[in-house]
Amino acid sequence: MVDLAAKSPAAGLLPVSHGDLVLQESDIQEIWSIAPFSGAERAVSAALRKSLKMSLPPIGRATRTGSAKLLWAGRDVYFLVGSGLPAKLNAAVTDQSDAWCCVTLEGAHVEAVLARICPLDLRNMETGSVARSLLGHMTAIIVKIDNGYELMVFRAFAKTLVHELQDAMRSVDAQTHLSD
Amino acid sequence: MRLSAGGQINREKEILFRFQGRSYSGFEGDTLASALLANDVRLVGRSFKYHRPRGLMSDGSQEPNGLVELHKGDQITPNVRMTMQELHGGLDARAQNYWGSLNWDMLELNDLLSPWLGAGFYYKTFMWPKSFWEKVYEPFIRRAAGLGSLSMAHNTDRYDKAFAHCDVLVVGSGPAGIMAAVTAAKAGADVILCEEDFRFGGRLNSEIHDIGGMPCADWAKAKISELADMENVRLMKRTTVTGAYDGGTYGALERVSHHVAVPGAAPLETFWRIVAKSCVYAAGAMERPIAFRNNDRPGVMMASAVRGYVNRYGVSPGRKVAVFGNNDDCFHTAKDLQEAGVTVSAVIDSRADSTVSGDFPIYRGAVVTDVIGRRGVDAIRIDRGGNPLQIDADCLGISGGWNPTVHLTCHLGGRPQWNENIAAFIPIPGMVPGLEVAGAAGGSFSTKACLKSGIFRAKEVLKTLGLKTRAPNCPEAEDAPTVISPLWAVPGKGRAWLDFQNDVTVKDVHLAAQENFRSVEHMKRYTTQGMAPDQGKNSNVNALAVLADATGRTIPDTGTTTFRPPYTPVSIAAMGAYAQGDGFAPQRFTTSHDVSVDREAPMIEAGLWYRPSYFPAAGETHWRQSCDREVGYVRNAVGVCDVSTLGKIDIQGPGAAEFLDFVYTNTFSTLKTGRVRYGLMLREDGFVMDDGTTARLAPDHFVMTTTTAAAGQVMRHLEFVSQVLRPDLDVNFISVTEQWAQFAVAGPQARSLLNSILDEEIDNSSFPFMSCGEVALGGINGRLFRISFSGEHAYEIAVPSRYGESLFELLVAQADALEGGAYGMEALNVLRIEKGFITHAEIHGRVTAFDIGMERMISPKKDCIGKTAAARSALISEDRDRLVGLKPVGSVKEMNAGAFLFAPDAEPTREHQQGYTSSICYSPTLGSTLALAFVRNGPSRIGEQLKLVDHLRGVETLVEICSPVFFDPEGGRARG
Repeated sequence: MVDLAAKSPAAGLLPVSHGDLVLQESDIQEIWSIAPFSGAERAVSAALRKSLKMSLPPIGRATRTGSAKLLWAGRDVYFLVGSGLPAKLNAAVTDQSDAWCCVTLEGAHVEAVLARICPLDLRNMETGSVARSLLGHMTAIIVKIDNGYELMVFRAFAKTLVHELQDAMRSVDAQTHLSD
Repeated sequence: MRLSAGGQINREKEILFRFQGRSYSGFEGDTLASALLANDVRLVGRSFKYHRPRGLMSDGSQEPNGLVELHKGDQITPNVRMTMQELHGGLDARAQNYWGSLNWDMLELNDLLSPWLGAGFYYKTFMWPKSFWEKVYEPFIRRAAGLGSLSMAHNTDRYDKAFAHCDVLVVGSGPAGIMAAVTAAKAGADVILCEEDFRFGGRLNSEIHDIGGMPCADWAKAKISELADMENVRLMKRTTVTGAYDGGTYGALERVSHHVAVPGAAPLETFWRIVAKSCVYAAGAMERPIAFRNNDRPGVMMASAVRGYVNRYGVSPGRKVAVFGNNDDCFHTAKDLQEAGVTVSAVIDSRADSTVSGDFPIYRGAVVTDVIGRRGVDAIRIDRGGNPLQIDADCLGISGGWNPTVHLTCHLGGRPQWNENIAAFIPIPGMVPGLEVAGAAGGSFSTKACLKSGIFRAKEVLKTLGLKTRAPNCPEAEDAPTVISPLWAVPGKGRAWLDFQNDVTVKDVHLAAQENFRSVEHMKRYTTQGMAPDQGKNSNVNALAVLADATGRTIPDTGTTTFRPPYTPVSIAAMGAYAQGDGFAPQRFTTSHDVSVDREAPMIEAGLWYRPSYFPAAGETHWRQSCDREVGYVRNAVGVCDVSTLGKIDIQGPGAAEFLDFVYTNTFSTLKTGRVRYGLMLREDGFVMDDGTTARLAPDHFVMTTTTAAAGQVMRHLEFVSQVLRPDLDVNFISVTEQWAQFAVAGPQARSLLNSILDEEIDNSSFPFMSCGEVALGGINGRLFRISFSGEHAYEIAVPSRYGESLFELLVAQADALEGGAYGMEALNVLRIEKGFITHAEIHGRVTAFDIGMERMISPKKDCIGKTAAARSALISEDRDRLVGLKPVGSVKEMNAGAFLFAPDAEPTREHQQGYTSSICYSPTLGSTLALAFVRNGPSRIGEQLKLVDHLRGVETLVEICSPVFFDPEGGRARG
C-alpha cells in the first residue's frame, strides 16, 4: 500500500508576526458545503440542530458549537467547518476540506491591516459576522472572531494571501512607530 | 527674518537641514518654506519656461514656485511643495529646473527670448522638418522646460492604499470644519475629519484674532483635543481629500512619513478611498493674486501668506513690507505685521473709496505697476491717479480677493456660480449628492459666518442620516463683511504673470483671444494656463477674468474650465500600492509546484495559474529536446502531468441532468452513472464558449471539467443560467477545482503504473474508456477518470489536495521506473495537436461549432443555449474559415501560429487572405511540423496547397491542407 503524506495549504509560510499582529494558519481538517435543495432549508436546519446543535445561520452570520462552526457562505450555501457530516441531508453536500486556505489574523491593529486590502466596512462586523468580499484581488470568506478575523481564500492563493497580508501588516506596524 | 517671538514653533528645538547643499537651521514646527524665509532665502526655484527666478508665493498646498526634489538614488521624490514639507533633521532639499546654478541659470536666456516664446510658440515653430520633432525639438524642450526629475530606476519607496468608512466626512479643519465635526460627533455619527496640514485648525493657525475669548489657534487646539477623545471620531491630518467620486466615495492622500528622516517600513504616502454616507466640505478659500508687471519677483507673495508666516511661524518674509490689494482684508495683513513689529512701508489700495485705516502710509485709488529687482524685491513702482511713485520695500503682499476652494464640489460635473458680492465663484447646492458646503468654501468668509455655517451644514447632513442633535453654541468671533472691488490685472507695459507655475502672462491670454481661442477651455490648452501641478489654483479665476475682458463677455458668461480630480497631485505609486511586483496579480500554485520547480521546470502562466513548461533532463540544452522526449514518454511508455488547473464544478440536484442538457449542446441526461462524456458549450450568441468532460458520479451528481482559462467564465455562466434562465431547475453547484489535485497518467503503460499504486487493481472491463469511479490509494479516497487529451490510453486521477504533492512525487517516481516521466505544457500541446484536439487557441471566441467540425454535437432532440443563434445562416455558411490541419510540402518546414494563408501564387495581402494558423508544433511522433488552421471552406479543400506567410517573422512556407487529426485517426490507442 502506498502512503500519501498530507500538507496544509500554508505549510512553510506561516506563522508570521509584526508587532502585536499575528497571522497563523488554522488547523481545519474538514469543511463541507451544504446547499439545501429547493424548499428544504428548514428541514436541513432542523437536521443539523438535532445532530450538531447548530441551525443554519442567517445571512452574514456564523454559529458555533465547541470547535465546530456553521457559516453562511453565499447565496443559499453554508459551510460546516471543523466537524464531520451528520446523516444524509436534503442538500447538495460537497467536500471542501482541501479547497481553502484558512488563516487567522489577530492583534490590536487588525482592522487597519484589513482596511489596506479589503473594501468591507468593518464597523459592521461583530463576533460571528461573516462576509464574502475581496482580499486584494482574491475573493474571500471573512469571519469576525473575538480578537481578529478568520480569512479563507482558495487554497492555491495561499502564497499570495500571506504576501498581501504581510505587506499590510508590516506597513501598519511601522506606522505605529512614527512620530506624530 | 525670524521674529523674536510668536508662532507655533518650538524654539527650544533647533533643526539643521540643507537646501542647495548649504546648511541652515530652523525650528520644530517649521515648514521648509518658513525655515528658508527665516534664513532670508528668497530665491527658491526657476520658472517652467523662461527660467525666471522665483520665490515663495503662498503658505499652502497651492504653492506654484517652491517645489523641491528630496531623497537620493531610486528614491528621488520630485515636486515636493516646500510649504507642505515639515522640517526634520537631515532634510536635504534641492531646487528644480535650472541649468548651471540656481543663482545663475543658463536657461534664463529664454527670458530674453520671451518676445518669441509666447503662447502657441511650439505649435507654430516646431512643425518642420517633421522628423526633427522626435529627435531634436522634443528632447530639447523637455530638457529646458520642466519640473522635477525621476531617477528612472525602480523606486524602492513604500506606498500604501486603504479604505475607510464613515457617516460624516468633514473635509478641512478650519472654523467651519471643526464646528461641523463637533456637531456631527456629538450627534453620535462616525466622523472622519481630514486636514491637509500637519496641524489641525486650517487658517486659524495663521490668524491672531479671538474665538470665544481665546486666541483662535488655541481654540482650534482645544476643540481638536475634545474630538480626539471621542471614540466615534477619526482625525486624519496630513491628509488631502483629492477627489469626489460616485456613491459617496472620496479619494484622499495621506502624507504618512514625509515628516520623518527614517520611515523604516512605513509608507511615504497612503491613498485612501473614503466611503462616506455624507460629507461636510469645509476646504476654505485661497487668496488670489493681481497681475502686474514683474509680479513674479521673489518677495512678491500673497498677503495672507505674509501674515501666515508672521503669525504661525514667527517669520517675516521681509523687513519693509508693502501690501497691495483690492479689498479690506489687505489691511488685516498690514495690521498683523505691525503688531509683530514689522515695518509696513505702504498699503496700496486700488479702491479710491475704501474706508479702512491704519497707522501706516496708505495709497488709496493706487495700483502697483512694476517691481524693481531681479532675484528679490528692491522697490515697487505705484501709480496713483496718473502720478508715479517709487516705494522702498523688500516684500510685497498682494490680495486680489479670495476664491472659495470649489474644486471637489465640481468633480461630478457641476459648475460653480459667480457671486458678485464677493467677486468669486461659489458652489451651488446638490453638485455632489450627500455633500454640504460649509464656511469659506461656500463663500462665507468671516470667522463667525464659518462657525455658524459649520454647525448648520452638519445639522443638514445629520437629518439625512436620521440623527437628532442639540447643536453646540456658536462662539463669538470676528464677523467683518467682505468688501471688495474686483481688480484682475493692472494695465501697462511688460509681462504681468497669471500662472506662475506654467509661465502664462496676461499677454498670452490676450493672444489666445486674438487668435480666436475664445472658449476658456481653448484658452487653457493654447496657453497651458492651469495645466501645471497646481492646476491653476492661483490663476484660473484671474485668467478667465482677463479672457472675459479681452472677449467682451462677463465672467459668468466666460465660465470656468472643468475641475477634475485630483485636487493636489497624487503619486501614481500610492494609487498602485500593493500592485507592484508580486502584488500585480494574485498567483495560483498547484500542489506539484514546488516539486516541479525543484526539477528546474520553467513555469509559465496560464491565467493566474503557474504550470511547468517542460522538465529539463541532464544534458538537454534546448526546450525542444525536453519536449520531444516527454512526448515520447506518452506515446511509448507513460507520462504524468498535473491537470489540477482545469476547472472542476460539482453539480448536484434533481434538476442536474436537465440543467446540463440545457447548457451543453449535447445530451447528458442519457449518460450512465460511472461514465464520462465530452461536452461543448455555446454562448447565447451561438459561438463556442468552452469544452470539457463531465462525469456522472451518481444519478443526481455530476462533476464538470472546464478549460483552465474559462473556469471562472463557465462558473459565472452556470450561475446566470440557474438564477435567470432556468430557476425552475433544482440544482446546486460549487467549484471543487481547489479541492482535488488531479494528474493525467497517459501512455501505453498508464494502467500498469496505476495498478502499482491503487489499493485495488483495475482492468479494461472495470475501467473502460470514458468511465469514472472511486478508487483508494493507501486508504485515501480518490477519483479516477479514464479520459485522454493525448489520444493514448490515459487516466486522470484525483486526490484531496493535501495529498497532491505526495501523489505527484509518487506518480513521477513510478513513471520513471517504467521509462516514462513527468511532462509539461509543451509536450501536452504537441500531443493534442497531433490528435487535432482543440484548446482556446482554436475556440477563441469567434468560432462556431460548425467551424470546428462539431455542428453535429448540437443535438436536434433538445434545446440548448446558443442553439438558435448558431443556426443563423451566416454561421453555417460554407465559406467560413473552418478547422483543418496543415503540413509543410516544400523545402521550408517552419510554420508559426498566427500566420496567414494565401493561394500559392497570390500576393500575401489582406484582400487575398484565405485563413490563418491557430496552433503549431513539431511532432516528434510524425517527424514533421504540424499546424491547426482555419481555412475558408477548409474541410472540402483537403489536398489543396496554400502559402503560409508570417509577415512578422518573414516566413513563407508551402503547405498542404489535411485532416486536423494527424495521428491515430481511428482512436484505437485510447481504447486499448
